[in-house]
Amino acid sequence: MPALFRRVDETGRRPVRLIVDGHEIDALEGDTLLTALLTNGHRLRRNEFDGKPRAGFCLMGACQDCWLWTETGEELRACSTEVRDDMRIVTQEVPWLNP
Amino acid sequence: MAESLIVVGAGPAGTRAAERLVQAGLRPVVIDENERQGGQIYRRQPENFNRPPEKLYGTEAARARALHADFEALRPHIDYRPGTTVWGVAEEGLLAVRGSTVTTLPFSAIIIASGATDRIMPLPGWTIPGVYSLGASQIALKAQACTIGGAPVFMGTGPLLYLVAWQYMRAGVKPAAVLDTSSLATRLRGLRGMMSRARVVANGVHYMADLARAGVPLHAGITPLRVEGREDGVTGVAWQDARGRLRRTACDAVGTGYGLRAETQLADLLKCMFAFDPRFTQWRPQVDPDGRTSQPDVYLAGDGVLLRGADAAEAAGRLAACALLQDRRIAVAPDEIVGLRKSLSTLDRFAGGLAKAFPWPAHLAAALPDDTVVCRCENVTAGDIRHAATALDSPEINRAKALMRPGMGRCQGRMCGLAAAEVLAAARGVPVDKVGRIRSAAPLKPLPLDCRIAP
Ligand SMILES: Cc1cc2nc3c(=O)[nH]c(=O)nc-3n(C[C@H](O)[C@H](O)[C@H](O)COP(=O)(O)OP(=O)(O)OC[C@H]3O[C@@H](n4cnc5c(N)ncnc54)[C@H](O)[C@@H]3O)c2cc1C
Repeated sequence: MPALFRRVDETGRRPVRLIVDGHEIDALEGDTLLTALLTNGHRLRRNEFDGKPRAGFCLMGACQDCWLWTETGEELRACSTEVRDDMRIVTQEVPWLNP
Repeated sequence: MAESLIVVGAGPAGTRAAERLVQAGLRPVVIDENERQGGQIYRRQPENFNRPPEKLYGTEAARARALHADFEALRPHIDYRPGTTVWGVAEEGLLAVRGSTVTTLPFSAIIIASGATDRIMPLPGWTIPGVYSLGASQIALKAQACTIGGAPVFMGTGPLLYLVAWQYMRAGVKPAAVLDTSSLATRLRGLRGMMSRARVVANGVHYMADLARAGVPLHAGITPLRVEGREDGVTGVAWQDARGRLRRTACDAVGTGYGLRAETQLADLLKCMFAFDPRFTQWRPQVDPDGRTSQPDVYLAGDGVLLRGADAAEAAGRLAACALLQDRRIAVAPDEIVGLRKSLSTLDRFAGGLAKAFPWPAHLAAALPDDTVVCRCENVTAGDIRHAATALDSPEINRAKALMRPGMGRCQGRMCGLAAAEVLAAARGVPVDKVGRIRSAAPLKPLPLDCRIAP
């Protein structure tokens, strides 16, 4: 299964490399985290209630279905956060950070 | 004491409101959650993207250019706070957050121009990765130069359905189908109102013709049944055609939406009076023709109060600023107000026509299978809401929310609220305005755990 999103333009941007769940992925400068993850795969996170994959829904900061975490426990809304080099993202909440 | 004026939202309505205040010699604070000004229709791409406005905004490129340029010219005269979300209201002022820094912004008057989101009707399978709102489908393209898939179905109703499908086709991604719940006969009923803006109707017809010519199946009067797929994505949609035949369209993504839903939470926190608007079948704050609410010093403009589209948002933003100025005994030429009201009345007729031509299919909520997720935040199903309606005897949506949690999640019912109310109303056998509306509560959007209060 290919990635969910397709790039159709603006592909000449500077590459950015980030770490998601311990794996390196390639993105482009100006990508949101959501774009970066969904041009590389087909989910962002899992729903807390049924454990099923989710990939965002509204892309405009309203539905709150795209929250991810940094390895240090910071929460990020993937649709409105721009990627940066060496960002370290986890797609599941790190349990010990949230007693 | 000096005036402290706040404009929330830097889309067409907020931009024009701020501009009018600046013209009167005032210096408003302008807050927008987005890093870049423009709002929804004139949303800007990141700075390192190169596509020209014509490619992003099509027929509206000139208006987009003007709105962006006029805002840039305002920058030295306003206190602009991009990337800042207003999440609450306190005695001392608005509560806003940027990153993890919370600030309180005192105000003597406020213009809220918070825009709208897609209006969503849930359906079985809509939580599968690859199902997005129509607006999201457009944002992916406009702001990120991506499409939600390689062969998407656009399903729902409203003019945005055809616009987005056409924009995808132009970007080289041919939609698998455009499926509209509104029948051709229904659309004709709205045509008279819509003819107040013949140019816009012509654009819409042109999009449909282009799509049809390219071989994109366009179906009217359909009934959505479900999205099919696996954990890793969508494989198709099942639907019924106008003659009741079961159909299936293979696709790898779905964009769905049924017109728009006004973003009204802030007005609610500021205790503005609301009323049910049968035209747009949703609750909204009550305003006078110029945007005054039931609360002194609180003004509303744009799609965040009345879903009349982008051109109306610009006029309404300016008009709300004029009302604010008048209420402060700052002279405004009567001609200006008369002119703005007049252009708004044409746009209003058009919006009424659109709402008639592409109605919210409330009946679909009543037909949702019990196990369909309605609230995507907390996975509350249609059956759960019906259980609240009948076994638990909740006559009203906030009661149902307290018992079964629809609309209780992080999005505060922005996605599910209107549909949840329809499910509840149908189960109770009452009109939807009788079950009320989900009350807003701070924080309007989730706050980071590590918030700091700015000094
Ligand atoms: C996703 C989407 C796509 C659309 N595309 C089109 C289109 O292609 N063509 C068309 O004719 N119409 C389109 N529309 C309708 C069009 O957006 C509106 O008619 C027009 O943009 C309304 O202008 P506005 O100023 O009222 O609101 P908007 O343009 O929506 O601007 C509202 C602004 O307020 C900000 N905001 C809201 N709440 C807060 C808060 N709490 N804190 C801080 N900031 C906040 C938002 O970030 C946003 O920038 C679209 C609508 C949506 C939702």
